[in-house]
Amino acid sequence: MMLCDNCKERDAVINLTQVEHDAKVTLHLCEQCAQEKGVETGAAVLKSPLGGFVAAMGKGANVLPTPADGLRCPSCGSTLRDFRESGRLGCAACYEAFGPHLRDLLRRLHGSSQHVGERYVAPDAGAPDADGELLELKEQLRRAVENENFELAADLRDRIRVLE
Amino acid sequence: MIDLTLLPDGGMHWLDASGPKGHIVLSTRIRLARNIHGFAFSQRAGDEDRLAVLERVQQAAAATPIAGGVTFRMDQLERLDRQVLHERHLVSKELAALEGESRPRVGAALVLQGPTGVMVNEEDHLRIQGMWSGFALEEAYAQLEAIDAELGRRLPFAFHPEFGYLTSCPTNAGTGLRASVLIHLPGLVLTKEIRKVLEGLTQVGLTFRGLYGEGSDVVGNFFQLSNQTTLGKSEDELLDHLGKIVRQVIEYEEQSRDVLLRTAAGTVEDKVWRAYGLLKYARSLSFEETMNLLSGVRLGAGLNLIPGLSVYTLNKLLIYTQPAHLAALEGRSLGDPELQLARANYVRRLLETEGG
Repeated sequence: MMLCDNCKERDAVINLTQVEHDAKVTLHLCEQCAQEKGVETGAAVLKSPLGGFVAAMGKGANVLPTPADGLRCPSCGSTLRDFRESGRLGCAACYEAFGPHLRDLLRRLHGSSQHVGERYVAPDAGAPDADGELLELKEQLRRAVENENFELAADLRDRIRVLE
Repeated sequence: MIDLTLLPDGGMHWLDASGPKGHIVLSTRIRLARNIHGFAFSQRAGDEDRLAVLERVQQAAAATPIAGGVTFRMDQLERLDRQVLHERHLVSKELAALEGESRPRVGAALVLQGPTGVMVNEEDHLRIQGMWSGFALEEAYAQLEAIDAELGRRLPFAFHPEFGYLTSCPTNAGTGLRASVLIHLPGLVLTKEIRKVLEGLTQVGLTFRGLYGEGSDVVGNFFQLSNQTTLGKSEDELLDHLGKIVRQVIEYEEQSRDVLLRTAAGTVEDKVWRAYGLLKYARSLSFEETMNLLSGVRLGAGLNLIPGLSVYTLNKLLIYTQPAHLAALEGRSLGDPELQLARANYVRRLLETEGG
């Protein structure tokens, strides 16, 4: 376990990445020092979305680093760790790749992970049948990933990719 | 230098203070975050992909209500020009790359048409946005929705049945909708009720920020109130909720102003006229002082204490006294003592011609 960059006493559990003069600086902080730097306070969540993430991700079960950090989006190549450090996802497919982690985060951020707003229909979307099948497969995939059945998930992902 | 004088009101239609509740609410702003399916998000995408995104947005825009809009390429503009656009609330700090020594992303652009426009290759591929005078959530959303629908018919947006519109940052996923109302609350500040109101806001799922949105400090008693969450509620629910709370805040502000007038009319009047006097005659003004004085004078204008002084003039002062605008006016970059002299000069001249 890495020691906190600030107090050099306690274990670092939070990575705080900041951009200073065009260079990325990552601070490894313990819970207390992070709090002192405002990372976990409500005020910081309001002021900086990144602070919000670090706070949301750092609390509860997902204290950094986790074995899932290496999880990689097959489409853009970003890892869950990249997301945790930058607070930004690489592409739309990251939402599927990091599904269970994001669902958890979205629930904490928004109180829900289910979109109830406008239903968007993409131009030149496939025939309704293919669309329905795609939705069904995606739902199956979601459950497979949630249950950590990665073999099935990989299979489903391939089928979805063919349909898309 | 780019010439923004050709744009009606310099791209700031909201300045004329013609909107509802214009004496308290400066502007209503809404943005919708969208990404194009098949491209990595802006930060991860390569230059070629971002340029392709820009081209596709421009093509699609030609068939929407923002057809004929002007395109500003951030990656082809001087820093001062980008700063001017930012000071007009037309582009974000991120799009204009104003943090540190960073350069704008290749393909970062603003397409502007009337009160509406699209930031391209910001955090998300598209930030469909607009700013209207006063408290006008419904009208604002109706206009943006029309643009969004037309763009969505021509560009395949990244959308997920569970998570909704997919955005680079999960804080925006779902509807991708952020609505902000820029509101002036000197009454609540003077009666010391503001803390209670702000605490109440965060309890009902809203958030407040300073004049320039995320990460900016509150100056001159101007607050931006907006929805905190974007997922799990429909667009109408989000807007209704924000609207309901803003109406309440406006009511509280009006009540506080009544209380001030009833209990301390002399003090308030003195405060207002002192602020006006300083603005009219000072020879050096810092940005923060100007904002605070403008707040006092705006309160006076709202209470009809200063005859002949319009909120439009005060709105212009709010925008044109910012550092990049003054530098553009003087035609050179200005250091601190000069900047404050230039600011006082500008304020004095405008109040001489348009003041009460």
